[in-house]
Amino acid sequence: MKPAPFVYHRPATLEEAFDLLERYGPEGRILAGGQSLLPALNMRLATPAAVIDINRLPGLGAIRLAPEGLVIGALARQDAVERSPVMAQSAPLIAQAMPHVGHLATRTRGTFGGSLAQADPAAELPACVVALQATMRVARRAGTQEIPAAQFFRGIYTTALAPGEILIEVAVPPIAPGWRSVFDELARRHGDYALVGLAAHCRVSDGAVADARLVFTGVGLAPVRASRTEAVVSGRRLDPGVLAEAGRALEGDLDPPADVHASTALRRHLARALLTRVLTRLVGN
Amino acid sequence: MSEEARSAGARITEGESYIGKSVVRPQTARLLAGRGVFTDDIKLPRMTHVAFLRSSHAHARIVSIDAGAAKALPGVVAVIAGEEMARVCGGWVGTLAHFKGMKSAKQYPLAIGRATWQGEPVVAVVAESRAVAEDAVARIAVEWDPLPAVTDPETALDPSTPVIHPELGDNLAFELELTSGDVDRAFREADAVYSDTFWMGRHTGVTLEARTILADFDLSEQRLTVYHSFQAPNMMQDILARHLRIPEHNVRVITKDVGGSFGIKVHIYPDEMAACALAVMLGRPVKFVADRFESFLSDIHARDHRVKAEVAVKRDGTILGMKVDDLTGIGPYSVYPRTSAVEGNQTVRLTPCGYKFRDYAASLKVVLQNKTPMCQYRAVGHPIAFAVMEGMVDRVARELQLDPVEVRRKNYITRDMYPYTSPTGYFFERLSHEEALDRLLEISDYPALCAERDTLRSRGIYRGLGLCTFIELTTPGPAFYGVGGARISSQDGCTIKLEPTGKLICMTGVTEQGQGTDTMIAQVVATAMGVPLDDVRVLTGDTMVTPYGGGTWASRGAGIGGEAALLAGKALKENVLKVAAAILACEPMDLDLRRGRIVDAGTGEVRLDLGELGRIAYFRPDTLPKDFQPELAVTRHYVPRHQGFAFTNGIQLSHVEVDVDTGFVRLLKHWAVEDCGRIINPRLVDEQVRGAVVQGIGAALFEHCVYDEQGQLLTGTMGDYLVPMAAEMPEIVVDHVQTPTLFAEGGFKGAGEAGVAGAPGAVLNAVNDALAPFNARVTRQPITPDVILKALDKL
Repeated sequence: MKPAPFVYHRPATLEEAFDLLERYGPEGRILAGGQSLLPALNMRLATPAAVIDINRLPGLGAIRLAPEGLVIGALARQDAVERSPVMAQSAPLIAQAMPHVGHLATRTRGTFGGSLAQADPAAELPACVVALQATMRVARRAGTQEIPAAQFFRGIYTTALAPGEILIEVAVPPIAPGWRSVFDELARRHGDYALVGLAAHCRVSDGAVADARLVFTGVGLAPVRASRTEAVVSGRRLDPGVLAEAGRALEGDLDPPADVHASTALRRHLARALLTRVLTRLVGN
Repeated sequence: MSEEARSAGARITEGESYIGKSVVRPQTARLLAGRGVFTDDIKLPRMTHVAFLRSSHAHARIVSIDAGAAKALPGVVAVIAGEEMARVCGGWVGTLAHFKGMKSAKQYPLAIGRATWQGEPVVAVVAESRAVAEDAVARIAVEWDPLPAVTDPETALDPSTPVIHPELGDNLAFELELTSGDVDRAFREADAVYSDTFWMGRHTGVTLEARTILADFDLSEQRLTVYHSFQAPNMMQDILARHLRIPEHNVRVITKDVGGSFGIKVHIYPDEMAACALAVMLGRPVKFVADRFESFLSDIHARDHRVKAEVAVKRDGTILGMKVDDLTGIGPYSVYPRTSAVEGNQTVRLTPCGYKFRDYAASLKVVLQNKTPMCQYRAVGHPIAFAVMEGMVDRVARELQLDPVEVRRKNYITRDMYPYTSPTGYFFERLSHEEALDRLLEISDYPALCAERDTLRSRGIYRGLGLCTFIELTTPGPAFYGVGGARISSQDGCTIKLEPTGKLICMTGVTEQGQGTDTMIAQVVATAMGVPLDDVRVLTGDTMVTPYGGGTWASRGAGIGGEAALLAGKALKENVLKVAAAILACEPMDLDLRRGRIVDAGTGEVRLDLGELGRIAYFRPDTLPKDFQPELAVTRHYVPRHQGFAFTNGIQLSHVEVDVDTGFVRLLKHWAVEDCGRIINPRLVDEQVRGAVVQGIGAALFEHCVYDEQGQLLTGTMGDYLVPMAAEMPEIVVDHVQTPTLFAEGGFKGAGEAGVAGAPGAVLNAVNDALAPFNARVTRQPITPDVILKALDKL
């Protein structure tokens, strides 16, 4: 389990990083926290010609409150995000999801942006940023571009990032009054990729769901927004009848894959159980 | 502690006893300081590394191998395939004579002509670094002709299924029929008969330190030195000597620190044999470290049993008789030299052993398949046997609406029945089922747990309690392997020598795998001698130095190694007192050795320091009588002669909560009461039991080697193969009953496997108890959410 030979670069500036990305094209892979890339290299699932280590790029690790919301630097370590005092207030969905992202040991190295750019279909953070309608800030030589989170995740390990582009930060809009968040997932062991996870960000009014954003993870090629289900629950009080109707609508929203951990039928079943659980918590106290 | 335990204790020593004390393992500080030396830490001059091209197919003919590009890569030392390797290291067959009719095919270090499981080593590449060796492996082009794979044991013997080794005639490696008493009559006379089929999934033992070997052949002296992460260095020495045709005294096997083994590291692996053969062929040291991919594909797997069980009972829960049919798949070869028939054999022999019914019939079929070879892993056969037996006992209780505790009590072999021989031929000197059950009920407050369970059910919370009575086979004599022709020692030796300053160096044939063997041996020696524990240093695992022995397996370290240490300590003490008597001009019987000093046996007055005795014996023997020769190094050996095995027993209780919406199981708490005879170090025994319970829970809920129909392993990484992790583990309470064996002076039996033996059955029964309100029941391990939801008709 040794990686195939590669060249290692550690650019000091974004400009140098762009040079390297241009030089290697698809043969250059960006190294951030390395929690996905290094196993892939060691297993020879990835055999890039060059590894471009962006850990020394300045200013990408900050977590700050800005007029447009909470801005999380792509190189912020996951455990820094988890421990950030502003997170519970400004992005409670992310705060709830963080303990599920791998294990404490991997979170000390793994980065917030790395998890998003990796776009693992079972990862927690992509679902969260989609539910929060966050903005992904992407740097390229020509300047910085903003991509809505909903358009960022394109498929398994596939994002809207074009060759030569680097995700530099994520802006989470301020939480509007009345909006609540619940993240939960079902995993065989704590820290595993979830069999199914749900990032829910909803406006709750008078004990009913007024606006719903329900984004599932682990059930598709990318985060899956359950829009049929959202339509069923929006504006209604969650009685058992509505929950059952929502569960049926979810069947139409999800077409989960089967793998060694769970069949399609099991994932559907668990998604429904999780939906009921999360919605009940959302409207509860 | 029982009366006989106390009296046996008095026989061990008159001085300060370390037996029964939780002394800290001396190597703990060293390991925590990072000064452990594991095999991969050893780096020799001119050392090379080997990587293997392994079969990507479960079954395929090797049409051609093109290694030109690999050989051309800078840093590559050699690329060697099966036939060339076989000229140096011939093949082996994993059968034992006492398994009548057993058959297996000849296996070679590298596949010749055909690969029979995904992961079988085919080509060895030796290079200056492991990375270069792997680069070269990637450049080898093998043309494969895929053959149909035999994967399902149920159809392995069908006429339409291909025969894996045509020379064997069929895919049957071993079969066994056991009968005792009159089973048909028992079933005729029964008020009720219940039957179930259990599936115990294939899993493996994931060692923190992977299999590692470093072989160094000195051409000038024709000497082979092998550093090996292994359990049985003398067995390896014997096998290397015979298969590489090197005189036995020129083969030295050294086991440094070992990071877990669990039975994984006691078998002959083709890649390890290849590494040693390569060292001989190349005259350079060759290191092989299995990476995690290789571990999952090539470490032995275990279990994979389908057991049909039928039990005949009276209305009051009395078990009259039982029928068991076990089918197990073992991969394409029976593993050398212990064979892959042992687990099935033990499964069918252990199943009825907690209970007194005599009418028993068992049928066993061990079949070949194109999957990773299976062999003995911690608690061989036990967890299957007791999950089946105890699952059936709980079934009886449920069907007849009886208390599971009372059904057990009614059927146990009772304290007045010992010594007792089981219907399957196992001899029990004395077990303590009733005492262990009483202790368990007390420490767990079982009635309160039952009441809480019943209350919570009405609130939609489904908790369950599961009992599992077990016995454990420990301390085996030669009946296990020796009588079948395997050159595996069941005896062990212990050498102790007194250094001139009065310190002791102790060498033992049993080995240290992280479980604390060396601590336990030191405690026994210090107690037998009458010296402070700090004055004893224990050395294990060097065939050039340590007395010949079996090493670590079948929970034999304390029962055999401990007894040998006790005998050696007593013998050396006797010799020391003779020297002291010569110095002090008195009789040895007037003296004693206590806390490292020669004292007057009557008054306890200090007469002579042990260091002063050493000084005189080694440097001034001229001051001793002319006809007296001090003997300050002794060796004693021990093998159990009076019983085949020292059986132990115990009972476990699992408390779980099942989420009936998701099928997830939460482990709330676990209790284990076991009886390993006299306990040498309570903390080490408790941690052995806890670690083993965790492995048993792994089998019950998580660990599974899943294959597709083509024989491809789908769980080949730590992401897909779920080992139990701390967050999911419950508190594990361990307690003991002590029934020392009277066949050995120490009274020690084994404790290494008890936790694994009982945990899966306890968890299975607990889950089924939780599911009882739904009239649902599971009989398949691992018990995944899928299994539970299907039992609940929700999937």
